Amino acid sequence: MAYSDKVMDHYENPRNVGNFDKDESDVGTGMVGAPACGDVMRLQIKVNEQGVIEDACFKTYGCGSAIASSSLVTEWVKGKSLDEAGEIKNSQIAEELALPPVKIHCSVLAEDAIKAAIDDFKSKQKG
Amino acid sequence: MKKPIYLDYSATTPVDPRVAKTLCSYLTVEDGLFGNAASRSHQYGWDAEEAVEKARKNVADLIGANPKEIVWTSGATESDNLAIKGVAQFYAKKGKHIITCKTEHKAVLDTCRHLEREGFEVTYLDPEQDGLVDLGKLEAAMRDDTILVSIMHVNNEIGVIQDVKAIGELCRSRKILFHSDAAQSAGKVPIDVEEMKIDLLSLSAHKIYGPKGMGALYVRRKPRVRLEAQMHGGGHERGMRSGTLATHQIVGMGEAFRLAREEMAAENERVRMLRDRMLEGLKDIEEVYINGDMEQRVPHNLNISFNFVEGESLMMALSELAVSSGSACTSASLEPSYVLRALGRSDELAHSSIRFSIGRFTTEADIDRAVELCHQKISKLRELSPLWDMYKEGIDLSTVQWSAH
Repeated sequence: MAYSDKVMDHYENPRNVGNFDKDESDVGTGMVGAPACGDVMRLQIKVNEQGVIEDACFKTYGCGSAIASSSLVTEWVKGKSLDEAGEIKNSQIAEELALPPVKIHCSVLAEDAIKAAIDDFKSKQKG
Repeated sequence: MKKPIYLDYSATTPVDPRVAKTLCSYLTVEDGLFGNAASRSHQYGWDAEEAVEKARKNVADLIGANPKEIVWTSGATESDNLAIKGVAQFYAKKGKHIITCKTEHKAVLDTCRHLEREGFEVTYLDPEQDGLVDLGKLEAAMRDDTILVSIMHVNNEIGVIQDVKAIGELCRSRKILFHSDAAQSAGKVPIDVEEMKIDLLSLSAHKIYGPKGMGALYVRRKPRVRLEAQMHGGGHERGMRSGTLATHQIVGMGEAFRLAREEMAAENERVRMLRDRMLEGLKDIEEVYINGDMEQRVPHNLNISFNFVEGESLMMALSELAVSSGSACTSASLEPSYVLRALGRSDELAHSSIRFSIGRFTTEADIDRAVELCHQKISKLRELSPLWDMYKEGIDLSTVQWSAH
């Protein structure tokens, strides 16, 4: 199967690989997918007092498209407010990376990962 | 661009140059050997028939059969179809029950599924964790109306060798016909259809350095096995498979089988040495699992799961190598290898598997490069893997609540 240049670029040089301390109050962690399905994404965001995502990182177990999708969204969410980040749609990710139909689920997973990270951060603030 | 190192000999093999040379001499008017083997009225036909019969003997000799028991087909898939449907339809009055195994090739499984729709009943045996069929379970599945058992000789994904001799004995004692798909074993493992009491055996040319699109089915004459033809026409191949014989393909298969008979012992030794070199080079990587029994296994196959690394991304990382993955993530289904699942491997391990298969033209340098690449790329992908992090933190992944999608 041929991958697009953008997928190859993110796969060869993934951006923002890493971990934040998930127990810190300014960190939101989203982990989605399942090993049984062949994809697990963990996306983390660091949010400042103004509610803006200052930093993001990820680790992904999955195919090249899954790795590229998560790498891309870590770039996209940086500098965005939580609301703006929550509006990122999987179709935008799929379009940017030129994902073929069988890989659309990778972009869906990346969207879910952002939402899960935001939810995690918000629930921490309430607690 | 430099071509990748080919380590996918179980998918197909290149045609041996000696085979290609022989094959090519049966095509043009200059060579004069283009005749139709069914033409009985002139030299061209007689020459073609002679070549076909010589090839038939070469194929028969590799498996201890009589040349009259060899039926030419287009490949092992057609052979499996002809054997299973042919027997089922011919013996339907005697019984409508067939036994096979969950790790069979799709050519067998899908044919059986088709027969189920036609009113046959099929038992799909679970293999043991090592990939082998348990004889007790096979015997327990046998019924008075069982007409056929179809168990492959060597598995295409994990390379394990079934005890076909014991299965053959059991089937014969119960007067059940025994079919075996030997696409992956011919030329790699000694076969003797008499000693193994095999009634029908599927063979392929392109897995042993012959041309693609060519195969054969061994059909036992004593005691005689009857088949309902699946391809009707001019009554070629004693009515079992009509269609003009593809002389050049047949000659190629014959030559490939002749070479296999002569060179199998020496080649197996060399290939096993390469496989062991590879295994030695990979075994110090953490969390590496071999799929399938290591003793009852063909020498050229190494199916390995690199835990916490997904198979497709590993293949992408190993683009310098031509290998295949047990993960079928490229299909919409996201299903991992059904063979590995049938062995009871976890989904993670099934998704993380790579099949390396070594062959006639593999060199030590190829193996060393492959080992080096695996080390590099696996550590890179594990750096990226949240599962690897969790494993390192001592979290048991089976206890995690995953959000399946």
